Amino acid sequence: MSSIVVLFLVLILGFIISKGIGVINWKFLTTMPEDGMTKGGIYPAIIGTFCLVGGSMLFAFPIGVMSGIFIHEYAPNGFFKNFVQLMTNNLAGVPSIVFGLFGMSLFVNKLEFGDSILAGSLTLGLLVLPVVIRTTEEALKSVNDSFRLASYGLGANKLQTIWRVVLPIATPNIITGLILSIGRVSGETAPILFTVAAYYLPTLPDSMYDQVMALPYHLYVLSTSGTNIKESRDMAYGTALVLVLIVLIANLVANAIRRFLSKKVKMN
Amino acid sequence: MYKIESKNINLFYGDHHALKNINLQMKANTVTALIGPSGCGKSTYLRLLNRMNDLIENVRIEGTVMIDNKDIYARGIKIDELRKKVGMVFQKPNPFPKTIFENVAYGLRVNGISNKSYIEERVTRSLQNAALWEEVKDKLKKSAFELSGGQQQRLCIARALAIEPSIVLMDEPASALDPISTAKIEELIYELKDKYTIVIVTHNMQQAARVSDRTAFFYIGELIEFNDTKEIFTNPQNQRTQNYITGRFG
Repeated sequence: MSSIVVLFLVLILGFIISKGIGVINWKFLTTMPEDGMTKGGIYPAIIGTFCLVGGSMLFAFPIGVMSGIFIHEYAPNGFFKNFVQLMTNNLAGVPSIVFGLFGMSLFVNKLEFGDSILAGSLTLGLLVLPVVIRTTEEALKSVNDSFRLASYGLGANKLQTIWRVVLPIATPNIITGLILSIGRVSGETAPILFTVAAYYLPTLPDSMYDQVMALPYHLYVLSTSGTNIKESRDMAYGTALVLVLIVLIANLVANAIRRFLSKKVKMN
Repeated sequence: MYKIESKNINLFYGDHHALKNINLQMKANTVTALIGPSGCGKSTYLRLLNRMNDLIENVRIEGTVMIDNKDIYARGIKIDELRKKVGMVFQKPNPFPKTIFENVAYGLRVNGISNKSYIEERVTRSLQNAALWEEVKDKLKKSAFELSGGQQQRLCIARALAIEPSIVLMDEPASALDPISTAKIEELIYELKDKYTIVIVTHNMQQAARVSDRTAFFYIGELIEFNDTKEIFTNPQNQRTQNYITGRFG
């Protein structure tokens, strides 16, 4: 079974690489789109995606980790805790287009952020919040209780125990949550559709209230609704490859950090 | 004058009556062994003395536990202060994933001590007292996980000693160790008696006989017999005690 999974992964990657590699060069990565997006590069979309990943993590990571710590370490067993956990799971199951609509009505319209990096980041952040909360909970659950008991036994209070013993042990696994959410955020199209993504915007953002282009939406535009779909086909494959590479690199970097930390955690 | 005095202790886990009317006194600088079959309440009694049972949900405790003539369950008692005074060593060695040095220094740091030379001195002294210093003095900055199981357990003892408790609770401290490490721990317990009051839970009759001055035999939540260790092992007054120490059940 697992070899079938690997086979499909290799097939998909191979397909994208073979079709997209010819387009990618320095110019493709660093210039604006030209000629109705049939020529030029995807620079603004790359920058836009980075902005959205960064913005959504800035929002989702602290809130998600703190929620996870609260649920696992502080909330007493009972109705409230079960309710929060149930709702977290439900939130994870909501289709991303619904997040998009919600983000549009709350952040774009009600709070008057307009189509902006801020609105898009918040929407994407909401989308991955359950992932961060769940992985934090799991990470804390995997910390052996004997460490907590030892810490309490030495006169440490709860906050000291969590801060000095539990979190350092759990951090490498919490980073996993970050990896998963970065991958998810950089690839999502629906949540940014109505909240931030620009169809064609050959400038870079000045502030978090600006619109940006983003890789997944750009890919969608190039392959379905560009001015000349046939001629922009190669650009679409190039964009897809860049997107896949960004996710891949993010995973590798985060994995390296995780491995470094789990080695270091024994030493602190 | 007793160091630890528990009067009419009843403890319930939900509906389960885990300790039944326990009266037990311990003098300073003695070793008291708690023996009995699994589930008899001896570990529960041990955890009563540093309020570790508070961490379990649905526990109800009646009666009083006096340490140095103070009721440790009275209102206004600071639990972290109590636990500073009553150190604990657990069944399985559980050093933190930190360096050897930081493991021993942990208790000092969480109690707000930051004087570097004082911490260094306490760490050294504690490791010496736990008979571990000679083995680790050159690798204090190495991970505690690099030590053997027996060394880790002595590190946990050093960690407990660092905050200068007057009582040390040990919950089957040698049950996960090989015979040589066990012998070292027992020797250590014997030496620590000079400075500390020690309460040890053990499944090992010989160990109880070797290290303790007094022995308490628990059976299904009751204290059956409590006497000088010599008396318990040579001349038990109760039939169930005799059955247990001769290995007829348990």
